[in-house]
Amino acid sequence: MLSRRLLLAGATLLPLAPGHASATPADVAAAIQALTKGAPLHPGRVKLDIPLLVENGNAVAMTVAVADPLPPAERVLSLHVFAQANPLPNVIHAFFGPRSAAPRLSTRIRLATSQTVIAVAACADGTFWTDNIELLVTLAACIDEI
Amino acid sequence: MARPLINIPKRVKRGDAFEIRVLISHPMESGQRRDEVGKVVPRDIINSFFCTYGGEEVFRAELFPAISANPYFAFSARAVETGLITLSWTDDQGVSGFETVEITVE
Repeated sequence: MLSRRLLLAGATLLPLAPGHASATPADVAAAIQALTKGAPLHPGRVKLDIPLLVENGNAVAMTVAVADPLPPAERVLSLHVFAQANPLPNVIHAFFGPRSAAPRLSTRIRLATSQTVIAVAACADGTFWTDNIELLVTLAACIDEI
Repeated sequence: MARPLINIPKRVKRGDAFEIRVLISHPMESGQRRDEVGKVVPRDIINSFFCTYGGEEVFRAELFPAISANPYFAFSARAVETGLITLSWTDDQGVSGFETVEITVE
């Protein structure tokens, strides 16, 4: 009898146990640390635009941009997006070359659950700027079966 | 790989900013899902994307499984000269895509 109970308990746990490990805010902090190499993060300049209430986490429209024109010495080299509760902390690293008109990117991302999404802009003068949005996801990505 | 949808204006004024929009057909298998027997479906995502204009870089991205299936990117470029815009990408299986679009600068 005990073994049957154990089996049942095990059966309910098993499908969730492996492969669903989630990134933690510490993982995201480590990923950002690897990017900034210890330089301080300033709030501002970069703007992250995502809906606050997401109905479908499989495709969430996201725009990340630095709108204010900056002098060439301070131009934005790259934009980085991190998600605190996705299986992996990284979402995208975007780099802007000499023919780019503005450091702006729109794309669609997956969000595993309600969480905080963080954007970081890296400028040519070595400064880093950040913005974050805490959002709600009603239908999560990553749980769909094949 | 199916042809991507690319939206770039045919003609632009010199010095103007213009929008490059691209939608690539790809499953972007995250490597997090399991099939009906519990086996992990191997990761297969487009992991890098490049855009150049007249041989110079416009935009480059390193992608992770958090990018949705059939990835969409919109970004901007500055009109400098009549020339070719190239878009290229590579997935985890080493399959790459390459498209060029001509733009006329007036």
